[in-house]
Amino acid sequence: MDNAAPLEFHFNVDGKDFTSAGEASVEVKKILRRIGLDSEAIRRVSIAMYEAEINMVIHAGGGEADVSVSPDKITLVMTDHGPGIADIELAMREGYSTAPDNIRSLGFGAGMGLPNIKRYTDELKIESEVGKGTKITMSVNI
Amino acid sequence: MAPYKHSVALDTEKCKGCITCLKRCPTEAIRIRNGHAVINPDRCIDCGECIRQCPHKAKKAVADKLSELPFGKKFVIALPPPSLYGQFENLDDADYILQGLLDIGFDYVYEVARAAELVTEYTRQYLKREDIRRPVISSACPVVTRLISLRFPYLCDNLVPMLSPMEIAAAKAKDEALEKNPGLKREDIVTVFISPCPAKVSAVKNDFAGHKSNVDYVVAVNEVYFELLGAMGKIDSPSPISKTGMVGMSWAVSGGEASALLNDRYLAADGIENIIKVLDELETASFPFLDYIELNACSSGCVGGVMTVGNPYLTKVKIQNLKRYLPVMQNRPTLDEAKQIPEEFSYRQKEYEPVARLDSDRIKAMSLMKEILVLDNKLPGFDCGACGSPTCRAFAEDVIKEKAMLSDCVFLERGEKK
Repeated sequence: MDNAAPLEFHFNVDGKDFTSAGEASVEVKKILRRIGLDSEAIRRVSIAMYEAEINMVIHAGGGEADVSVSPDKITLVMTDHGPGIADIELAMREGYSTAPDNIRSLGFGAGMGLPNIKRYTDELKIESEVGKGTKITMSVNI
Repeated sequence: MAPYKHSVALDTEKCKGCITCLKRCPTEAIRIRNGHAVINPDRCIDCGECIRQCPHKAKKAVADKLSELPFGKKFVIALPPPSLYGQFENLDDADYILQGLLDIGFDYVYEVARAAELVTEYTRQYLKREDIRRPVISSACPVVTRLISLRFPYLCDNLVPMLSPMEIAAAKAKDEALEKNPGLKREDIVTVFISPCPAKVSAVKNDFAGHKSNVDYVVAVNEVYFELLGAMGKIDSPSPISKTGMVGMSWAVSGGEASALLNDRYLAADGIENIIKVLDELETASFPFLDYIELNACSSGCVGGVMTVGNPYLTKVKIQNLKRYLPVMQNRPTLDEAKQIPEEFSYRQKEYEPVARLDSDRIKAMSLMKEILVLDNKLPGFDCGACGSPTCRAFAEDVIKEKAMLSDCVFLERGEKK
């Protein structure tokens, strides 16, 4: 087996199920623990992934997560076919949220998701097209 | 590091090798090998779930026996926890229990609930500090502290940096006994915690978090129960010994500890599966509206410990009755004292060796993980446990680590591939 090839896995994030949102990040956390990453790196990855998962559930009706672990960094690619982000700069602003009231009443939609992802990752790229969907690529150096 | 000494043991005679405990162990510490369960000591957190679930009573908690206590040779102090108070029918006064303990041979009694009240006050003051990591997590349940250090090391700094009420009671008891009995020497005193759970036994045996325990023996609540019951039946009117308030008594039940903090920004969860969920969320999501988290590994709190006697829900009712006429709190440090947790009661949870790690070399660990995932993908995914590992993923890992044979999978053997 090729040692240099990254360790990759794929998750489907179910859009309708709020209670299971975050399950993929718990799964990833388990795998990263097995690899022996330090707890700070694991936490950064799982927070970023959790926030992105929640965003997919709230806004996009779910999507897909691809995780790739190489010896020096972890890359997460989260892809959805939701409504897309009209103004990425605005969406990155702390406290800006387009989440509906019923979601906010659950304690989500505080406008901290993307800013949190930015805070906990080393690289973040957001590609989005209104009406088509959003692809977020982020990585954490280890 | 010295191996962790556990208090959950297996009677191989009684064990049938069924998969009940295998499937219920929250840390996947159990495997079935050669027809019976084997516990991995690095992973076991002494939660007692396997003892609770075993249909053959093959799992047992190991604690000291009453007959092993040095009655008559040493000055023996009983440390009864508040969970003990709820084990008896028609009891309106905890003094019967405390008098009963003296009557069965203990020289002195110091209630753990008294120390719990001290911890409550110190925690109230600690929560006022700005320089602490929130939400603060209770450090009273030894299953929780061990689980955090093994699996959620990031949360170690959220724990209340104070020893458990049991430890503080043991230290206070020795001081109080010396004060009240001139001529008594410290080395002649032994303390005996009457425990509702095996995890407390382990916490004592392993010098909890590097702190040399002041508890010398731990006996189970169900070990003293019948003897105590007999002695209590003979009491006409007990001496007024109990110095516990409502707050101390409430610690026996989930939510009691947190609600005493005079702060509504708390969460109290109980039951091992539930607390793992809370810790997982706590590690990833932020909860700015929470100040304090009380976690009890046993369902209902300490009253649900596997070494207790009564149904935990009934015990809870009995505790409610007992505390009804008590003052709110009878033990507290002065406000000035409470500002700083005393050195002798301080502790910091250390991180253990990462037991989950497949290999100390990250590249090697990654390559093992790859092999595990590839193999896992070929397994049926039923998590049936028939192979002796709790899940297909765990089985894949056991095979890769050469601790199990691929032929142990009955479905692969039958050719029913995924």
